[in-house]
Amino acid sequence: MTLYQVVFYLLAGVVLAATVLAITRRVVVHAVVYLVISFLALAPMFYLLGAPLLALLEVILYAGAIMVLFLFIVMMLPRETRAPGLGVLARQCWPAVLLTGISLTAMAVVLLSLPLAQTPVTAALASPRHFGRVLFEKYWLGVEVASFLLFVALVGAYYLGKSPEPVAEEPGESS
Amino acid sequence: MPGEKNRLLRVTEGLVALIQGFWTTFIHLFRKPITEEYPEYKRPLPPRSRARIILTRDPDFEERCVACYLCSASCPVSCISMQSAERADGRRYAAWFRINFSRCIYCGLCEEACPTLAIQLTPDFETCQYDLLTLVAEKEDLLVDHGGKNQEYNYYRYAGVLVDGDKGGHIQEARPVNLKSNLP
Amino acid sequence: MGWLAGIILLLIKLGVVLVVLLTAAAYLVYVERKLLSRLQIRLGPNRAGPFGLLQPLADALKLLTKEDLVPEGADRFIFLYAPGVVAASALLIFAVIPFGRGWMFMGHEIPMVVSDLNVGLLYVFAFSSLGVYGVALGGWASNSKYSLMGGIRGVAQMISYELSLGLSLVPVVMLARSFSLVDIVAAQAHYPFIVLQPVAFILFFISAGAEIKRIPFDIPEAENELVAGFHTEYSGMRFGLFFLGEYVTMVVLGSLVAVFFLGGWRGPLLPPLVWFSIKVLAVVLVLIWIRGTLPRLRYDQLMHLGWKVLIPLGLINIVVTGGVLLWWGS
Repeated sequence: MTLYQVVFYLLAGVVLAATVLAITRRVVVHAVVYLVISFLALAPMFYLLGAPLLALLEVILYAGAIMVLFLFIVMMLPRETRAPGLGVLARQCWPAVLLTGISLTAMAVVLLSLPLAQTPVTAALASPRHFGRVLFEKYWLGVEVASFLLFVALVGAYYLGKSPEPVAEEPGESS
Repeated sequence: MPGEKNRLLRVTEGLVALIQGFWTTFIHLFRKPITEEYPEYKRPLPPRSRARIILTRDPDFEERCVACYLCSASCPVSCISMQSAERADGRRYAAWFRINFSRCIYCGLCEEACPTLAIQLTPDFETCQYDLLTLVAEKEDLLVDHGGKNQEYNYYRYAGVLVDGDKGGHIQEARPVNLKSNLP
Repeated sequence: MGWLAGIILLLIKLGVVLVVLLTAAAYLVYVERKLLSRLQIRLGPNRAGPFGLLQPLADALKLLTKEDLVPEGADRFIFLYAPGVVAASALLIFAVIPFGRGWMFMGHEIPMVVSDLNVGLLYVFAFSSLGVYGVALGGWASNSKYSLMGGIRGVAQMISYELSLGLSLVPVVMLARSFSLVDIVAAQAHYPFIVLQPVAFILFFISAGAEIKRIPFDIPEAENELVAGFHTEYSGMRFGLFFLGEYVTMVVLGSLVAVFFLGGWRGPLLPPLVWFSIKVLAVVLVLIWIRGTLPRLRYDQLMHLGWKVLIPLGLINIVVTGGVLLWWGS
């Protein structure tokens, strides 16, 4: 085992443990914190696989922005002390078990049948420049579609956030 | 809407105000600080500042305190305690008198309640101690040999003590009325 | 052998940077108190040692020996570790900041930067965005309404201003054609970027000031309404860690402004390290001057400034810079 492998499996263990802890915590804020730890451990794995840009985007976007918004909402919830009964939990988990089973089966079929999956992935270094080139030259259509979607969402957010009628500006407000 | 029309004007005004503010604080860098450096320079406090409490004496060098308990009663934090006693000539005094300065809030209510001007607050505020128990002052610590803020006042000249001889010799005291006569 | 030497060198660099950064942060507290008091016609600390120079030491001793209180009902684990997040994320940013020209030692060139990442700028953003967790979790875990409100305000403010912080740096990346901070300094060989990008400089300065929650933007810890905001319930060295994080971030911010807009360690006559220190100190002094001058913004004014002024300005700046670069290139 090389040093990289040791670090990789260590990180993978942290990701798994943190994710399991995240879905079993009763206190929601604790769950969010464990999920953040899981994302933070995932980022160096991207780095080890040769994608530093993705690693840092993972931290900035998932750990730094999305989870902060989660936390922002969750912080305002009252702290739950009463655990729901096991019966409710058992009833609710059936769809999850079903869907997990389907996706695991599909994954196993793909991994076992396709010859491409048998060859090990060679680490390729993707510098930000290469990444940008591939993204904007090869997948430009996807980028444009995504940006259009984001634009629509932005307009929607603006429309929702706009006050229904123009309010007179406060005299004390600065320019 | 005035806000829309004068946006440029308001931005300019804001910028000018910003620069003025920054200039003002910058000029302050070169001004002499107005700080009084405390242990080196002790600012004389007004005579009626309320700090350490003393028990004063009257002009005849007698204790003014008559142990009436009024200061103790008026104290909001109950830091004053005493035991009254009486001399052979009928004059009252405090057998012991104790102020717990670790509880005292220096409100001055005891001074206002005192009918004999015995208990007074002084401007001396440097009474800090490391040990709380050293802040408990006994009568010997409190008693001073001067009259404090009013050197002349002598309670017994107004109220009188039980003395042999004629009544009516005190300040503002009328001669006793002769009950047996209706002459003016 | 080279592998071992590399690790030893890295450890030495880490140690030196850590010690210098912590000392700088401690003395920044002194500089700030002294300068701020002069701006307010006061004297400032002058008791501990000559001119009060030992004041940071006294403060550190005081904080270390104070009782470490955990309020009742607090989420103990998160409460105890939140200050560490703030301090650590601030310290880690400094790893990618170049503070001098490469130094020749025994035939090898030792770069004056802990790690020259090719995504250094994103690394800076990643860790500055992680600093939010310390504020949010510290505020939440204290089980106090003031702390919670401070934490919520802190999160809202830092998320909003991170956006304009990022947008203000995109033109810099476009000019330098690299995310690496070493390359960005190298791209400013002829003139610093503040000449080319004054708007980006102002945007970065304002949003960074909001990001570190200093005075015109200090509503997460507004004394008059929230006691001390998210660190109301903290005492002893845990409060000290929040404090340390704040001042380390100030040093880091000064370094970032120096690297992105003032040409990093470049300058005539004086050695690079001295130039770098001068630039960092200049930025920090301006920050203190701002603190001594401006009043605190109201919450709606803060959000208004961030979303309606800084972000559109940043976007326009990117479009204009891109256009000019395209036109220049063709």
